[in-house]
Amino acid sequence: MTGDLSNPMLARDHARAMAGTLAESMPILPPVAQDLPAGVAATDHMWEETIAPGGYSSRRLARGTRLRLIDTNGDACASLNIFNVHMPTERLNVADTVKVQWNAYLGAGKLLLSDMGRVLMSILEDDAGTHDAFSGTSNAAINTAKYGEGRNSGAFPNGRDRLLLGAAKHGLSRRDVHPCINLFKGTRIEADGAITPLVGPHDSARTVVLRAEMDVIVVIANGPHVLDPRKDYTVTPLRASAWRGAVTPQDDPVRNATPEGQRTFLNVEDYYRR
Amino acid sequence: MDATERTEGLPGAIVHDEIVPARAPWLHHVSAGQTLRMIDLEGNQAVDFLMYAAADDAERYSAQDTVAAQGNIFLRKGAVLRSNEGRAMMTITATSVEYHDTIGGACSCESNTLRYGHHTFAQHACVENFLEANLTQGRGKRDMVSNINFFMNVPVEADGTLGIVDGISAPGLSVDLRAEMDVIVVVSNCPQINNPCNAFNPTPVRMIVSA
Repeated sequence: MTGDLSNPMLARDHARAMAGTLAESMPILPPVAQDLPAGVAATDHMWEETIAPGGYSSRRLARGTRLRLIDTNGDACASLNIFNVHMPTERLNVADTVKVQWNAYLGAGKLLLSDMGRVLMSILEDDAGTHDAFSGTSNAAINTAKYGEGRNSGAFPNGRDRLLLGAAKHGLSRRDVHPCINLFKGTRIEADGAITPLVGPHDSARTVVLRAEMDVIVVIANGPHVLDPRKDYTVTPLRASAWRGAVTPQDDPVRNATPEGQRTFLNVEDYYRR
Repeated sequence: MDATERTEGLPGAIVHDEIVPARAPWLHHVSAGQTLRMIDLEGNQAVDFLMYAAADDAERYSAQDTVAAQGNIFLRKGAVLRSNEGRAMMTITATSVEYHDTIGGACSCESNTLRYGHHTFAQHACVENFLEANLTQGRGKRDMVSNINFFMNVPVEADGTLGIVDGISAPGLSVDLRAEMDVIVVVSNCPQINNPCNAFNPTPVRMIVSA
């Protein structure tokens, strides 16, 4: 037991004595990190959090913010939902993302498009190379079948319920959770349409850096990839860091890489024209 | 059209038979156990297709849950069309086209500006049809989710290259869907004229529901 907690003051003291405890997965406030890129001032550090295996987080990011995700131990899988913070009915559209760019595999230089012809985020750096725009995330039925249960309150939470909770923290609900992309765990499509999962485990510390091209809400669930063939619920922590950055300039190489990309940036610039 | 044509093989009495004009939306309730036959009357006409659980329309078709569950991106005979809760909504019980697409999404005025240029912004698009039909039942933009493109061909090449290419459908080919729960089907008979999905000429499709 935890000692004499028979009155509110003792309970208060007990609660307060926990201050300063460090856990493997937690947010750091204010954000601190020893490995921000050169040139990023500590005062521009916006977010520092390690998302637990099976956990989730959600965050508003201003236009221009860089979001760095690190698969610290090689078995993270970041399932992302992305919303326009000012109008969350605008959100990531995976089909438009792959169709407009004439390519289904995500990587450096790729754009994450909304259903309104705008780019929500772009991928600036990627040393992982194994990502997935096809298979979505797990649901309660899948995790129950694979791991025995899949509830938020259990040991094997499913990805969809994690995204629901993350979205709910921003006032959103079941109608708002949409098809996701998965970073770090990948898939390849075979000639007959078969989906081959590429789940590793991979090297530690693989990193993806994204840039918010609009003011966005990012919801990140970190659970086993839905097609991970391993019997055990296998997932490791996911580290998220974000820092302020410049809004994409007109001469940005990612902005100008393709005619479709240029037009989606034109649409964003038009949306913010006021 | 002779109403008895192209009804062979349907499991029960015809309870609905309708021609959806080129470029138009269509909304229909299909009860569990009923079969919906869609006929590509003139060939290579993409039928953009959403569905919602009639009892709770926050449960709706999910392309990702469907392809993950079957381990394949193409919808062939036997494919179980799943919801965002992972439940079976409809099953493809027959198809005279080898496979159908569910990764290519639906055309919109906004995505047309990216794919073809801002000169196409004023053209009619599937999302306009989906919104128009859904709005009649209180659903809106939040309810616009992943869709199926029946009679449309979207291959993915080894390097990830993907695109809408010439169709593999032909006049009179059809697909049968058996409802596994009570569903609301929302269709856009695709009006796109800037890519091969409708052979650059949108045409009518026929919808038959059998008990």
